[in-house]
Amino acid sequence: MALPHPHPPAHRTGQRNSEAATPVQKRLAPAPAPRRARTWRLLTPWLFLLAPLALLITFTYAPIANMVAYSFTDWDGVSPELHYTGTENYTEIFTREDLFQVFWVSGYYLVASVIQIVAALYFATVLSFSIRFRNFFKGVLFFPSLVNGVAIGFVFLYFFQDGGTFDTVLGLFGYHTDHAWLGTPASANVSLAGVSIWRYLGMNFVLFLGAIQSIPGELYEAAELDGADRRHQFRHIILPGIKPVLTLTVILSVSGSLSAFEIPYIMTGGATGTETFVIQTVKLAFQFNKTGLASAAAVVLLLIILLVTWVQRRLVPDDRVDLV
Amino acid sequence: MTRSAVARALVYLSLIAATLVVLLPLGVVVMTSLKTENETANGSGALTPPHDPLNFHNYVTAFQDGGMLTAFGNTAFILLVSVGGTVLIGSMTAYAIDRFTFRFRKLVVALFLVAALVPGVTTQVATFQIVHSLGMFDTRWAPIALYMGTDIVSIYIFLQFVRSIPISLDEAARLDGANAFTIYRKIIFPLLKPAIATVVIVKGIAVYNDFYIPFLYMPSQDLGVISTSLFRFKGPYAAHWETISAGAVLVVLPTLIVFLALQKYIYNGFMRGATR
Repeated sequence: MALPHPHPPAHRTGQRNSEAATPVQKRLAPAPAPRRARTWRLLTPWLFLLAPLALLITFTYAPIANMVAYSFTDWDGVSPELHYTGTENYTEIFTREDLFQVFWVSGYYLVASVIQIVAALYFATVLSFSIRFRNFFKGVLFFPSLVNGVAIGFVFLYFFQDGGTFDTVLGLFGYHTDHAWLGTPASANVSLAGVSIWRYLGMNFVLFLGAIQSIPGELYEAAELDGADRRHQFRHIILPGIKPVLTLTVILSVSGSLSAFEIPYIMTGGATGTETFVIQTVKLAFQFNKTGLASAAAVVLLLIILLVTWVQRRLVPDDRVDLV
Repeated sequence: MTRSAVARALVYLSLIAATLVVLLPLGVVVMTSLKTENETANGSGALTPPHDPLNFHNYVTAFQDGGMLTAFGNTAFILLVSVGGTVLIGSMTAYAIDRFTFRFRKLVVALFLVAALVPGVTTQVATFQIVHSLGMFDTRWAPIALYMGTDIVSIYIFLQFVRSIPISLDEAARLDGANAFTIYRKIIFPLLKPAIATVVIVKGIAVYNDFYIPFLYMPSQDLGVISTSLFRFKGPYAAHWETISAGAVLVVLPTLIVFLALQKYIYNGFMRGATR
């Protein structure tokens, strides 16, 4: 086994005994050692951090720095030539109607996330009390969040097709329609946002469920003795108990709504007014070779998401961030 | 009926409705995948069951013509290397940060912390240039490097666990003459098993399902992973819903099996992964 020998041989314990007696110390104080051993000790943590830091800087910080730099140029991503254009790209994003409209599309996804959070909260509350087939319902609600996005896209393309599943189901209820669900901007966006509720509800649900289950059971018992019904319990025990997870979900939902990509790209390719911010950025950069403009768009998106995060941290200080 | 009985009935009703909403689109696709071309074309409706429920012809077509074997191979390779790398990198980072005091430690922690706030999709335009200049574009190493290099959540998970391992264990080993590498390899890493399971599950599912990164970085036909290979069905099989459905089922099936087998761990993993 990997556990160390409880009684180290005497010849090695000699000089370090005094340190071993103070296990509270974070690091073993270095014993008087020759110079080489000391350099080695200073280097050790860096040897562990070499690969992680190299990856972090290469694939996170260098891109951010480059992106900010590109955003002030007219670079096309290929040619060696690029010109400094000042804030022209930023002006273009905020003044060109067709570029700015992607923000309105995010609105559909924002509304969808509100519905999603409320529904997830409802199901998590209901399923945290004893109920028949509880595990089955849990599994069914959660499973979509594990499914491949491309598969989901195809499943729902078929679902929303002319005379497809959705029309057939509506027909069963006597509502006969020949609606092209993905044919007009409004109904296409509503349909796509609906798919994203279908896909991500389970994730929020499981987060809420975990948080609710971590609330000590005696609280409910005490509340019941005091004559509190389920609604009171929800309002005064569950809601405050899951507040940290709730705010985390809100911020993840906002940034998720702003960076929606997979479902709309797979299902409509951004046609009929369903283009989102990320689809537009990908198209600008990789189809129209407007790296400069795409970078500026990405910087704007990044700033919005950081702003949302910051506001959230200000409003609800998260005392559980204890990394150090 | 009493008021609470009505409430209970409504709760069940809502759960059954949700189950239908989740299962109906998936069920219809399974049914469609078993239909013949004629059956999907004659417009008999999406809800009609297939004529022959054991008609696996479409699966053969999807698997062979859709290049699914290559796709599963590529996915498996990328999955194995990047999940392995994530476990190694995450645990090393957590060990170094938690067990050593060194200059710039606060700065290193802050670098990882701030990176967690930056969504990967926003920086892709510039990341693309870097991947390209490193010669990794259109190779399997591009997604591998990106998956390994940007996973902050796993570092958090490992950090939580490393902190819970008593330092006295390290010290005892040190007295036995073990150096930092031996301690990491023989004490910390084996004791991190629950965290490793969590990271493997969360990361594994994320990598298996990812579309954006392979789509951007591996356009070659023979480098398709399951997401991008399935996406390519859109062209050649545009109207052949029976083949597309079979492809989608092929992709989802492994997820379903893993989910049913590891349900409990998956719930726990995702709760831990998302709340850090």
